[in-house]
Amino acid sequence: MMNRRKSIQTLVLGAGATALAVHSCAPSAEAESLQIPMSNPLSYGRTSKEATHDEKIMAEQYFSEAEMTTLAAVCNLILPGTEGYKSATDAEVPNFIEFMAKDYPDFQLPLRGGLAWLNRQSNLKNDTEFATADTAAQKEILDGIAYPKPDTPDHQQPASVQFFNLLRNLTMTGFYTSKMGIEELGYSGNQPNVWDGVPQEVLDQHNVAYDEAWLAKCIDQSTRNTVAKWDENMNLIS
Amino acid sequence: MQIIENNEEFDVIIVGSGAGGGMATKVLSEAGLKIAVVEAGPFFDPADPDQMTQMKWSYESPRRGSSIHRAFGDFDAAYGGWDIDGEPYTNHEDSNFRWFRSRMLGGRTNHWGRISLRFGPKDFKRYDQDGLGDNWPIEYEDVKPYYDKVDKLIGVFGTNEGLPNDPDGYFLPPPKPRLHELFYINGARKANIPVYPSRMSMLTKRINNERGICFYCGQCNRSCSVYADFSAGSCLIFPAQKNGGQVKLFVNAMVRAVNTNDEGRATGVSFVNKDDRKEYSIKGKTVVLAASACSTARILLNSKSAQHPSGLGNSSGLVGRYVHDSTGASRAAFVPRLMNRKTNYNEDGVGGMHVYTPWWLDNKKLDFPRGYHIEVWGGMGMPSYGFGFNPNDLNKHFDLPVGGYGNGLRDDVKKYYGSIVGFGGRGESIPQYNNYCEIDESTVDEWGIPVLKFNYQWTDYEKKQVKHMHNTFEELFDAMGAIPLGEKPGADQDYGIAAPGLIIHEVGTTRMGENKKKSVTNEFQQLHDADNVFIADAGPFVSQADKNPTWTILALSWRMSDYIIQEIKKQNI
Repeated sequence: MMNRRKSIQTLVLGAGATALAVHSCAPSAEAESLQIPMSNPLSYGRTSKEATHDEKIMAEQYFSEAEMTTLAAVCNLILPGTEGYKSATDAEVPNFIEFMAKDYPDFQLPLRGGLAWLNRQSNLKNDTEFATADTAAQKEILDGIAYPKPDTPDHQQPASVQFFNLLRNLTMTGFYTSKMGIEELGYSGNQPNVWDGVPQEVLDQHNVAYDEAWLAKCIDQSTRNTVAKWDENMNLIS
Repeated sequence: MQIIENNEEFDVIIVGSGAGGGMATKVLSEAGLKIAVVEAGPFFDPADPDQMTQMKWSYESPRRGSSIHRAFGDFDAAYGGWDIDGEPYTNHEDSNFRWFRSRMLGGRTNHWGRISLRFGPKDFKRYDQDGLGDNWPIEYEDVKPYYDKVDKLIGVFGTNEGLPNDPDGYFLPPPKPRLHELFYINGARKANIPVYPSRMSMLTKRINNERGICFYCGQCNRSCSVYADFSAGSCLIFPAQKNGGQVKLFVNAMVRAVNTNDEGRATGVSFVNKDDRKEYSIKGKTVVLAASACSTARILLNSKSAQHPSGLGNSSGLVGRYVHDSTGASRAAFVPRLMNRKTNYNEDGVGGMHVYTPWWLDNKKLDFPRGYHIEVWGGMGMPSYGFGFNPNDLNKHFDLPVGGYGNGLRDDVKKYYGSIVGFGGRGESIPQYNNYCEIDESTVDEWGIPVLKFNYQWTDYEKKQVKHMHNTFEELFDAMGAIPLGEKPGADQDYGIAAPGLIIHEVGTTRMGENKKKSVTNEFQQLHDADNVFIADAGPFVSQADKNPTWTILALSWRMSDYIIQEIKKQNI
C-alpha cells in the first residue's frame, strides 16, 4: 500500500500539474494528474507568533515525574492495553495532557488537585500511592468517581467527579486524535478522493436510498476534468 | 513621528485583500491600471508548504487542533478571530457585538463556508414588502450580469430550481448527498420543508487550467492548496499578478487613514508597517476601501480633515450606522438510525453541506419579518480536539449507565460515531439606525490607531425569527427520527439568538443610496463626499438578505470596478 504522501503525489487532481505516469487501466477520474503542494512535515502552518508560543511551552514541564506516573496509571485504566487494544500510554496520551495543561492553564488546578486526591484516597485505603496500588484497589477508587449523577450539571458534581470527567475527556480525545486512535476508529478520510455517493451496502444498512431525480442533478465524476461550459440559458453543456 | 512618504503614485490604492478588494484588484489591474493592495496581515498562499494546514492530521498539532489559539481551531485558515492581541474594540453597556477579523492576504475568504448565494429580486426591495428598513437604490437586474460573471470566473456548484427569490446561476453540478444528508432530505420532505443541493464555491469540475478540482477532503476552511475553492488570494489576486497586472502588495500594513487634499479629495493612504512600527504614506489617484464593513468605517471615521470634520464620507453622520449581522441559532440532535456506522468509506465530501433549505415561508402569515435558510452538518469527520468528550452521554436514551472507564468506552465511541446532526439557521435582521460602530476616543490599538466601539441590540423582530428557527429545527428532527440534544432556549435566553457579529456577516456601515443625507455612497459605491473614494466590501449593503454576503460583495465590487474604469476613461475621476 502506498503511504499517504506518495498517494497524494501520484493521485493527480490539480491543474498545471506535471504529468506523472498514468496507468491506462485507471478510470478517468483517478487518471487525472494531481499534485498537491506538500506541506512542510515539520510544521502545521504556524505563524511565527504561534510557533514561538509552542516552543516556549514545550520547553516547560508542568507535572512532576511522580504526577506523570499517576497520570499514566489513570489514563491506562480509562483506555487499557488489554483485549488487543493499544493503551492510552501507547498513544502518548499523558504527554498530550501535559501539553494541554500548559496550553490551557485552567486545566492545571483541577488536574493537579485530582491527582493528589487519588493519592490521598489510595494512601487512606491501601497505604500506598495510587500508581503503586494494585489494579483492583485502583478501580475501587475510580468506581466512586467515574459515574456522575445523571441530570446533574458537571459543575455541581463533586470535585473528584469533575476531575474524572475532565481526565476521561482528555484521555478519550487524546487517544482518538492520535494516529493509532484514528486507525482503531477506522476513519477513512483525509485522503484525496473522488466522492461519488454513499456505498450501496451502507444505504441498505440504514434503509435509505437515493432519489433518481436528485442524483440526475449531481456531478457525473467522469466529466470532472472537462472544462465547464454553459449555453446562454445557464445550462451546463460540457 | 516622521511619516515616510513613497513618491510612486498608483492609479488605485485598494485597502484590504478579501472578496471585495480581491475582485477590485483583478478587474482594475486587468484594465491596465497600476494598483497598490494594502493588507493589514501577512502574505498568505495556501499552497505554501510552511503555511498550509490542508491534509494535516489532528495529531500534527500538539493540541490536536483545539480552538485555544485560533477561533475555529489550529488548522483553520484565519489569522485572527473575534479577539486579536493588541487590536481591541469596545462595546457600550448592554452591547455585546463580536467582531471577527482575519489579518492575512485574502482575509476571511481563506476560511469561510463558501456558501455562495445570490441575493434575489425581493432582497433589494424589502421596504416595499414590509415597510421596514430601506430599499436598495439598485435592483436584481442591475447585479445579475455580475453574478453571472462571478459564477463563471470563480465557479460555484448548485442547481437551477427556478425559485422566485433564490435565482438560478451558471452552476457546476453539486456533489451527491452524504448519508446524514439523505436523512435530512427525507425528514424535510416529510415535514413539508423544501430542500435542495447547496450552492457553494468549490470546483466539482474544472473551470480553467489554472485551478485544481476538488478532491473532497472537506477542509475548505483550511484554504485549498490546489485552489479548488474560492479564496481571494488564490482566485483573484494571484491570477491578477499572473496575468501581468501591475499589482504591488503592501502586507502587514495597517491603514490608519485616507489622506485628502484641500478640495477634500483623496490623495492616498497612510499606514503603519507592522514590521518596523513606522508610519508610511502612499499616493493614489483613487482609493478603494475594502477592509471589511467595520474596518472601512473605522478608517473613514479616523480620516478627519478640515474638509471632512466628522470623518471622510460622513457628512450624513451615517458612517458606522446600520451595521447588521445575520441572525443565527443552532441545535444538534442524535439520530439513532445513524448508529453503528460502517467507517470503511471516505465521506469527507466538500467542506460543509451538500444540501440546504433556502427560505420558504410567507411572512404575511408569520409574526416576524424576513426569512432564514437552514444549514446542515453531520457525518464521520476526522476526530479532532473534543472528539470522545462525554463518550457515552447518549447512553441515557437507552437507560444504560453513563460514565465509567475501560475498553467499553471504545465501543461507545464507535457506536455513536457519525450519529449526530446539527442545523444552523441564518436569517435576515432589520438594519437599525441605533446599531452602530463609532470611534472610541479613549482607546487605541497597539499601532496607536483609535479603535471601534459598538452599540448593537437585537430587536423583537430577530428574536421572534430565531424562535421560529428553533421550532422548525424540532419539526425537522422529529421528522428525521432524531432526538434533539440540550434544551430549546426560551424567552429568558432571547431564544438562543447568537450575539451580533458571531455569524460574521456584518454589513451596512456605509450604505448606498440616492439621497446624500440618508446614505454614504451612491449605487456604484462611490462616496457622496469624495468622488475618488469607493467602498468594495459589504459596507454599502442596505440590507443583508437571508443569504451569505460574499457572492454579492464580489458582484458589486466588479460592478464598482467597471464604473471606476469608465469614470477614469471619461476623466471624471
